[in-house]
Amino acid sequence: MFRLLTDPTDEFVRITIDGVDVSARKGEPVAAVLLRTAPFTARTTTVTGAPRAPYCLMGACFDCMAIVDGVASQRTCMIAVCEGMRVVRQQGKRTQTP
Amino acid sequence: MMTCDVLIVGAGPAGMAAAMRLRKAQIDVIVVDDARAPGGQVWRAAEQSADSMASVLGADYRAGREAIGRFRASGARYLAETEVWRLDDGWRAFTKHRGALDRIDAKAVVLATGALERPVPFPGWTLPGVMTVGGAQTLLKGARQIPQDGVWIAGAGPLVLLYITQLRAFGGRIAGWLNTAPSSNLWAALRHWPAMFRNAPDLAKGMAWRAQLALSDVPIIDVCDVAAEGDGRLETIRYTTTRGKMHRVDASLLLVHEGVVPNIHATVALGCAHRWSSQQQCFVPQLDAFGMTSRDDLYAVGDGGGILGARAAGLTGELAALGILARMDRSSAKDRERESAVLRARLERETAFRCFLDALFLPRRAVLVPDDDTIVCRCEEVTARSIRQAAHVRGSGPNQIKAFTRAGMGPCQGRQCGLVISQIAGSESGKDMDSVGYLNIRPPLKPITVGEIARAAKLESP
Repeated sequence: MFRLLTDPTDEFVRITIDGVDVSARKGEPVAAVLLRTAPFTARTTTVTGAPRAPYCLMGACFDCMAIVDGVASQRTCMIAVCEGMRVVRQQGKRTQTP
Repeated sequence: MMTCDVLIVGAGPAGMAAAMRLRKAQIDVIVVDDARAPGGQVWRAAEQSADSMASVLGADYRAGREAIGRFRASGARYLAETEVWRLDDGWRAFTKHRGALDRIDAKAVVLATGALERPVPFPGWTLPGVMTVGGAQTLLKGARQIPQDGVWIAGAGPLVLLYITQLRAFGGRIAGWLNTAPSSNLWAALRHWPAMFRNAPDLAKGMAWRAQLALSDVPIIDVCDVAAEGDGRLETIRYTTTRGKMHRVDASLLLVHEGVVPNIHATVALGCAHRWSSQQQCFVPQLDAFGMTSRDDLYAVGDGGGILGARAAGLTGELAALGILARMDRSSAKDRERESAVLRARLERETAFRCFLDALFLPRRAVLVPDDDTIVCRCEEVTARSIRQAAHVRGSGPNQIKAFTRAGMGPCQGRQCGLVISQIAGSESGKDMDSVGYLNIRPPLKPITVGEIARAAKLESP
């Protein structure tokens, strides 16, 4: 859905989304990576299970919530990627353990 | 635990200006901000961005770098990626930085929490593939990424024109702009014609963006109605032109924007008095001449105190600093009068120009008070119909509607639906918006785990 404007000095890290290896630019928000990675969503809703994608990108809408390194309901637009980060798209209601 | 004279929440233009003016008088200042670097939304990543990037984003963006540099050198203690999740009288701010909890005590608090994009409820706005223009611009500035294919934009406002201009400069493609501003807006705005010229540089800038766009190959379509359709993601945009013709176009990405509104989450939670601004169709905190709310030693500056834009935000930040210095007996009345008169004269010009902009980009009615089938509360998936029905229960206001329908109870805590709930309640009851009011907001103001709340108990005393 989105593409990076790259620069030769860019550094990249590896993260996983739902267990799949993905390349991400160092320091970018997790939500930005989700918007480049099919199916371009972050979670499904707690009420009807409808898919949702990052919407406001400034921490206000909470639609980009996902499980990041084991912690559920994290706003992925507010979290920068780091090497080895594990992102899991959140399905429905949050649970204590992913 | 930390203490300071003044705690500033938000490191955008207003928060930084307040901090710098207070530092000039050697006041001990802490500035907390949820982003990774100072600048706020308007100057997001301005400090880190490469010259090539900043020059394409424009002169106003480059000016941010200089402001951030001065802020960094001001001696204010700056805490990045730090959120205030609770603020108690006195003032005691409970903060969270990544997983670490802390408390900051201050004599005065300045809320410089900025604006949010106005909620834009329309059929299909919750589908993946629909996001805000502001969100897309944040991705451009903060993550250097642009839409893969031709993007559709629906809405109106200065940010729409700015983003289109910036995106085209980076080689992005606009499939079409669905202009939602009612044509009657232009005539209403022209009634403010003397005000138009109060800020000639901004007027010229906006007209240049618009002219450039008119000369480009970007289709500009005046519409009165937009809907997003698709199975689990955006596939089709349906729109009705102002001439009454309905069209459908295939699309994978639709960006929407209908202006911005003050982020009043904290001021409402703290019980500050607010008033309805019919000009901006939103609630704004009631402020004195120095930006102090109805609560002593609690200030709201920048767009959080009413939408006036980045330049005015800096001025209101400085005015609040002068007000604080006065209450701390750190300035003479004569100096204060002289300095505040200069700031107010510049602020008056921005305020006058804003009348023109607000009239020009007043959102269409359907966005403010949506049709029955439109989802209003994204989190709890509550439609306008349910909210309307709840509004008909005798004596029902926003908080009763919330209890009946769960609208406003989800993770965003009403940030996306609060204003629309109030407007539906107002239109159904016929009451004026000041008596309708807004949702009650309570801490935690930001997400926090139960474990973290338990650990924060240690910070309670003394």
